[in-house]
Amino acid sequence: MDFNYFLTLLVFSPLLGIGLLAFMPKANESGIKMLGVLATLPSLILALIAYFSYRGGHDLANFSEKFRWIQFGGQGAEQSGMFSVNYELGIDGFGLIMVVLTAVIATLAAIASFHIKKEWKGYYMLFLLLEIGMLGVFTSQNLILFFLFFEITLIPMFFLIGKWGYYEKEKAAYSFLIYNGLGSAILLIVIMVLFSRTGTSNIEMLSVMMNTDNAPLFAPVSESLKMGLLIALLVAFGVKLPIFPLHSWMLRVHVEAPPSIVMIHSGILLKIGAFGLIRFGMGIFPEQFAELAGLLAVLGVINLLYGAFLAFIQTDFKMVLAYSSISHMGIVLIGLGALNEAGIQGAIFQVVSHGLISALLFFLVGVLYERTHTTTLANLGGMAKGMPLASGFLLAGAMASLGLPGMSGFVSEFMAFLGLFEEMPVLAAVGTIGIIMTAVYLLRAVLAITYGNAEREFAGVTDIRSFEWAPVLVLIGLIVLIGVYPAVLSEPLQATLETILMGIGG
Amino acid sequence: MDLDTLLSFDWGTMTPEFIILGMIAILSVADLFMPKQVDRKVLGWAGFAGVVLALISLVSLIGTETTSILYDTFRLDSFAIAFKLILLLGAALVMLLAIDYRTKDGLEEYKGEFFYLFLTALLGTMFMASSGDLITLFVGLELLSIPSYVLAGMRKRNLKSNESAMKYVLNGGISTAITLFGMSYVFGIAGTTNLREIAQVFGGLSDPQHIYILGLAFFMIFVGLSFKLASAPFHMWAPDVYEGAPTPVTAFLSVVSKTAGFVIILRILLSIFGYIPVPQEDGQQIPLLFAVQDYIAFLAGATMIIGNVIALRQRNIKRMFAYSSIAHAGYILVALTAMSFVTFDAIWFYMLAYLLMNLGAFAVIQVITMKTGSEDISHFAGLYRRSPLLAVGMGIFILSLAGIPGTAGFIGKLNIFMGALMVDQAHYVLVSIMIATTVVSYFYYFGIMTQMFFRPAASDEKIHLPIGTLVVILVTVIGTILFGVMPNLAIDFMHSNFNQFVDFMR
Repeated sequence: MDFNYFLTLLVFSPLLGIGLLAFMPKANESGIKMLGVLATLPSLILALIAYFSYRGGHDLANFSEKFRWIQFGGQGAEQSGMFSVNYELGIDGFGLIMVVLTAVIATLAAIASFHIKKEWKGYYMLFLLLEIGMLGVFTSQNLILFFLFFEITLIPMFFLIGKWGYYEKEKAAYSFLIYNGLGSAILLIVIMVLFSRTGTSNIEMLSVMMNTDNAPLFAPVSESLKMGLLIALLVAFGVKLPIFPLHSWMLRVHVEAPPSIVMIHSGILLKIGAFGLIRFGMGIFPEQFAELAGLLAVLGVINLLYGAFLAFIQTDFKMVLAYSSISHMGIVLIGLGALNEAGIQGAIFQVVSHGLISALLFFLVGVLYERTHTTTLANLGGMAKGMPLASGFLLAGAMASLGLPGMSGFVSEFMAFLGLFEEMPVLAAVGTIGIIMTAVYLLRAVLAITYGNAEREFAGVTDIRSFEWAPVLVLIGLIVLIGVYPAVLSEPLQATLETILMGIGG
Repeated sequence: MDLDTLLSFDWGTMTPEFIILGMIAILSVADLFMPKQVDRKVLGWAGFAGVVLALISLVSLIGTETTSILYDTFRLDSFAIAFKLILLLGAALVMLLAIDYRTKDGLEEYKGEFFYLFLTALLGTMFMASSGDLITLFVGLELLSIPSYVLAGMRKRNLKSNESAMKYVLNGGISTAITLFGMSYVFGIAGTTNLREIAQVFGGLSDPQHIYILGLAFFMIFVGLSFKLASAPFHMWAPDVYEGAPTPVTAFLSVVSKTAGFVIILRILLSIFGYIPVPQEDGQQIPLLFAVQDYIAFLAGATMIIGNVIALRQRNIKRMFAYSSIAHAGYILVALTAMSFVTFDAIWFYMLAYLLMNLGAFAVIQVITMKTGSEDISHFAGLYRRSPLLAVGMGIFILSLAGIPGTAGFIGKLNIFMGALMVDQAHYVLVSIMIATTVVSYFYYFGIMTQMFFRPAASDEKIHLPIGTLVVILVTVIGTILFGVMPNLAIDFMHSNFNQFVDFMR
């Protein structure tokens, strides 16, 4: 099989949908929705083909593609191979997993978007643009291309939140734009410093150049500059992840954005932060990263506890889930901070697992809101009577989230903590309080919704119906699959992990 | 000078200038003898045709040997061609805008004048691009300035327009005087006005007194010329003049006149002050241009901060764009500060990108302000409903101005960052200011987005686009996207035809 343009097709296939949608009449609601979902399918199919052909023994290097794109600095620079930015896509095991995750969640979120009430055409066009950005982020092989796709996710999100969100949507959209704008600004400085001083922006070349003495650089990069760049990276991706003091924008987005967009946001966009930290932080600056590992672990535990305690006192289910996201991203940091195989593997597992779980939970939030028009815990209650199936799935999602064995959350938390206990047992012991708290706040919230007294009567509510089955079943299926057979993730990850560990020297 | 010498000059190198000059003569005579009731639009189209013709003749001159005629006062080198391309392209688009411009306050009777004054100003800018002598540079500068003063006051029955012309004349007079004062020092020490000869004399300077005086001359010339760039410290005129002047004139001032300002600054700075040796404490000598780098950097930083911060408070769209254009002058000054080997590339590309995005934005502004008769930003509300083309076009221009990837503005900024970071003493502070103020600019740029896409429209009346404006918007949208996605079209063109501007001083 020829894989020449495979990744380009995979990344840009939603463009076809955007083109077709442009010619759809505005009022044709069901047509637009159908087309919107169909347009996400080519990427999904291609992503699955990539996954299974990899499992079938294909080398992922075959997927790489490279074309001349921009040449700065004239012919002299071109001859010496400096300052050229190529259009280069490629995937490794980690990238492959993220691409599959993105494609799956994008399709499911497109289905969840059936709940959207107005201007479906603009909505789906932006949605598909967002998907291009996300897929591009995980496949780009150089920093400038990465940044391009990274920013492409920013603009559709701004509009999707600001136009289709809830009451305080514009404020949330601005908050999103400015925080992430600052994050990307810092990221851009890092990228440009690296590019200007080394003459390349290729991630692999940078990883080699930054870690060999006497590499042919255009201008010197001192050790302290490297440390500064890594800290800047940490802040840039810390906004995205988010790390504790930089998180306030993300709460607003979780509450104000439409649930289908939060599925994407919490499921994938936050994970770009983790992806970037692992890919660039660990990949390009392994020595400096090792020095900062302790700090990361501490930040992780703070995130975990802070999120968990605040989630416990929230009165709105969306806020509970938002803080829960912060808390769970703490586990990613803990895993990275541990800096050993179990820890890093746990962190990556957590990225995938939380992506699936939060997508499921926010889908159910959408289902709930569609019927009850509230997400306040005090107003909900007794839902198990009217919609037993949805309540059951909600409970299942919560179980996965709190790390019930047999589901994906358990594997990732277990590994991340296993890693940390090896390195920093005291810190890890403190962190376990967070695990207990997770169970407490999730059960409190879920039980308040499903059982308890119904303050209002939701007499006519219907249970999960028609199209709503697909996302729920697929997500639960994947969560359980990873829980009982983690090899679906760990095998593709093996090579990536080995490269990372070799760089760190552990 | 006898006839033989006169005929021995290669007049072909001046073809574009002759075409414009001829057009000015034809238009002014035609305007005089045409009956009053004939629509002067036809003169506008003739003028447009003239500019296009000049553009074509200029393109045919690409690749000719570097020549200079009239005793080295008029040079045709790659620098001249490259920047004349931008000037003519900008002027052609501005002409199209001017043809469609309609206003009630006294412009109609003078519409004919409007067109040939534009062309006269354009002729001035072209001479500046090609000059090899202080005298012709200065004449070119005045040839640009004087018609501009008249143009700014063309809405004769509009108080603000009159005010703007008055302010422009006074400020312009002061700044010209300062420039000329500075030039007089240069002439006093060099004893010649020819740039090349000046450079030769200055290369051998060793008397510290002379160098001190030349340092003074540098600041006077730079400060005086910053008037044309609308950069600090001579930026205060911009908001008032931009607001009062007719919109096509504002577009002209913000793009063509600003480009001309950078052209003359590059000519004078590099060819004179790049050759003055300044002894350092460690015994080495560096050119004066590098010795004063910190001061230029300070002005660049101040310009970016002033432009972007004050723009936040503007409700008048033309004032907002005045501050935005001040900010963009600051960005380009960053490239000038860095003086790396990509400085010319960066400035040329940024000017091209800026021309496209800013003229496009002004085309939209002209349509909206003509329609509503007011320049308040709230008239953009609901533009997406009234004219999706205009709204999406404006959206793209704004994204490009804000430097979002996928647009020409981003590549322009990338190029500037690269130059500033690749030099040995990397300008981290300046780059950080540039990126931080870019994020600040999101606030006001996306404020327009909010109006266009989120807010409901006051009326549902569709907006009809005149043909010229439509062409401008289409050309600029396509250009902004094309050079954002495939910047190599422009960058390779520049490198293969202008060869890094090596013939700048030869």
